[in-house]
Amino acid sequence: MIKDDHPASLLEVRGLIKTFGSARALQGVTLDVRPGEVHCVLGQNGAGKSTLIKTLSGAHQPDEGEIRWNGEVVTIDNPVAALELGIATMYQELDVVDGLSIAENIFLGHELETGGVLKRREANKRTRALMQRLGHPQLSPTREVGTLSPANQQIVSMARALSHDIQLMIMDEPSAVLDTEEVNNLFRVVDELTNQGIAVIYISHRLEEIERIGDRITVLKDGKSVGSNLAVADTPTRELIPLMTGTDVEHAFPQRAPVADDAPTILEVSNLSLAGTFDGVNLSVKAGEIVGLAGLVGSGRSEILETIYGHRKATTGTVKVHGKTLRPGSVSAAVSANMGLSPEERKSQGLLLEEPIYRNATLSTFARFAKGALLDEGAERRATEEQMKALELRPAEPNRITRTLSGGNQQKIMLARWLIHGTDVLILDEPTRGVDVGARVEIYGLIRDLAAAGTAILVVSSEIEEVLGLADRVLVLADGHVLDERPTSEIDEHGVLDLVMKGSAA
Amino acid sequence: MSEPTTTPQSPASSEVSTTPSADEPSLVQRAFSSSAGRNIGLVIGLILLVIVGAVTAGDNFMNLDNMLVIARLASVIGVVAIGMTFVITAGGIDLSVGSVLGLSSVVASLGAIQTAADGFWPLMVFVAIAVGVLAGLTNGLIIAYGKVVAFIATVAMLAAARGLAELISQRQTQVVTNNGFLDFFRGDLLGISWVVWIFALTALAGWFVLNRTTFGRRTVAIGGNATAARLAGVAVKRHTVYLYMIAGACAGIGATMTLARTTAGTSTHGMLYELDAIAAVVVGGTLLIGGRGTIGGTVLGVLLFATLNNVFTQNNLSSSVQLVAKGIIIVGAVMLQQRFANREASSSSGGGAG
Repeated sequence: MIKDDHPASLLEVRGLIKTFGSARALQGVTLDVRPGEVHCVLGQNGAGKSTLIKTLSGAHQPDEGEIRWNGEVVTIDNPVAALELGIATMYQELDVVDGLSIAENIFLGHELETGGVLKRREANKRTRALMQRLGHPQLSPTREVGTLSPANQQIVSMARALSHDIQLMIMDEPSAVLDTEEVNNLFRVVDELTNQGIAVIYISHRLEEIERIGDRITVLKDGKSVGSNLAVADTPTRELIPLMTGTDVEHAFPQRAPVADDAPTILEVSNLSLAGTFDGVNLSVKAGEIVGLAGLVGSGRSEILETIYGHRKATTGTVKVHGKTLRPGSVSAAVSANMGLSPEERKSQGLLLEEPIYRNATLSTFARFAKGALLDEGAERRATEEQMKALELRPAEPNRITRTLSGGNQQKIMLARWLIHGTDVLILDEPTRGVDVGARVEIYGLIRDLAAAGTAILVVSSEIEEVLGLADRVLVLADGHVLDERPTSEIDEHGVLDLVMKGSAA
Repeated sequence: MSEPTTTPQSPASSEVSTTPSADEPSLVQRAFSSSAGRNIGLVIGLILLVIVGAVTAGDNFMNLDNMLVIARLASVIGVVAIGMTFVITAGGIDLSVGSVLGLSSVVASLGAIQTAADGFWPLMVFVAIAVGVLAGLTNGLIIAYGKVVAFIATVAMLAAARGLAELISQRQTQVVTNNGFLDFFRGDLLGISWVVWIFALTALAGWFVLNRTTFGRRTVAIGGNATAARLAGVAVKRHTVYLYMIAGACAGIGATMTLARTTAGTSTHGMLYELDAIAAVVVGGTLLIGGRGTIGGTVLGVLLFATLNNVFTQNNLSSSVQLVAKGIIIVGAVMLQQRFANREASSSSGGGAG
């Protein structure tokens, strides 16, 4: 470990400790940030990254430890104090107000005014300059933020941070909602910030991003910094994973046998269209086959899944399971046909976070366990516990409140729901979003096992590598059209991106 | 599907075992974070109020007859609040229950209905409940399929039902002359008025349905996360309609009880009952945003306000003072609950989030 007492350190954190009740979220974190560097903070879910960020941005107060800012010991009592020091934070959950314009969002809380009257022209002018600086001059200051894509909402969030006079920008998983193209723009912005001497603390799950833009790395595990201020150039990725997880991850995507030619087709989608979103989609999935949809945000990939599942009502086209046509726009029909969906936004679309695990695991099946209308919670708990053991979800406590689980374990609960139900078709939208490296590998294994047991699986991920690694066959999408369909053995990430770029341009 | 040997666990035991083992909140915190614990808070409040009553009004307050008076006065709002608990647990709201109660009382006491009920008085009860269910069905269809937010849809019903009641009754008070009906409700069982029994039975049935049946599970799931429930295959729209029908049915039952107590049906019955019912539900610990509902809490909330009313009346204090006290209690109770709920949330999720 390099103990760096660089005289020009902008931020020095020493021995930071923060406890919640009896849970120790931070147990001694050490961190140095120099002006103009990109300092990556790595760690699995629960390692303490969010708590560290919240402490630096004034949302939490540390119990012990020291924070020095430009060499002076400071206490950061609240978010305003952080901003006054020059620390701005971009949270993972977008914190923009949908109903306000871009300019209103950017100057929210520090409006430009004279005697209570807003200076709208000035605000718009400065917003235009910020958008220019962030590489999005096409975004008009008066546009309502609710109409923007998540990626562009993030730009607004970033512009808001830059509207303050800042020296340090904290970014919490900024790339989670972005596509390859948008990530490139994000990195361009980060470069520009650092060139102006602004330091960036960059949190991400994606190791390859850190290689691209990081200067130094601090790795957190169980609330401790297990590696502080490592230089990216001297630290190969394979050394980082064991630091984060304590284990080595070699084969993320297990090899498996090809699908038999005579396997029956389970899911058949013909000429499916949703006006204004996607058009004429044909696809079929055999028993035991994993089919992936690859494309950028806005290509219609999630909407296709949701329409197949009946969450959206198709304008034209049919969805057949085992040869039987499903009633369009009916989730109940899809569920009765043994179709299951693990939605993109697990927390807002999938789970009852305040309820115990077993009530989430049996959300599709509690009526089946019930005797008449009378719930049988004992049977529900037993079935859940069984699945939790099978999925190696520890501790196997079905009564635990779902909110307290990590992202990976919450994803397993979604899988458990459909395993208990029994599915012939499983639709997975972003199965590993917000899931840390170690748990990802487990989830990939589970998906493969499900397919091997004869389930037809349809998967979407914003990580093309994941789609290609998991699926047998891939459909490449752009602008709501299927551009190409081929076995994943015949195409790589570059091939997909080439297709997508050409398709989008056409 | 599963062996019939399992017995449903009591709510108390399941609550205790859901406490995450990782962090150990203090006993007080734990007691308040369980739903039984929230009720303990209400029970303590109720006991304090009874002590105040006993000290200030003495024997006038502390006697069985007065206790029964309190229970009887609590019963109408109580039944309405049980229906409201279902709607609020699912994340909805029904502001029309008071008006619907008035409309039900008017229709059930129409001369023609009373004549038809001459030989069979329960007909009046059926009519009152049917009117309530019909109004609830209308609310539910407009909300679930018409996609109008519950607040607006039921405010519209609040106005329309009151107006309809005035039109039907021509703003006249309709005296209840059906003796079978009046005799029944004047009667008692084991010295306790039938009105109180109806409240008790409605509450018991409500508790059972909310906590022990698939219907109750759907209700909580929709309130907790409607999208998740829908994507898991729960028929959210249909269920929403049922919930407003329950609220309407409870308003209909309340109308029957009001008819018996006042021996008249008028369009002004049930004025502002929706607010009393919502106050009792929320003070009881049911979350206004849905996802968590407690019938026991609602019953205690209703009793709390009824006792407050009685204590003030016994001490000859004006109803204006009483309203102020009521306001303070509502705000105080909800602030207290939020404090404990927040502590619970930060102690269980703060440690887990990374």
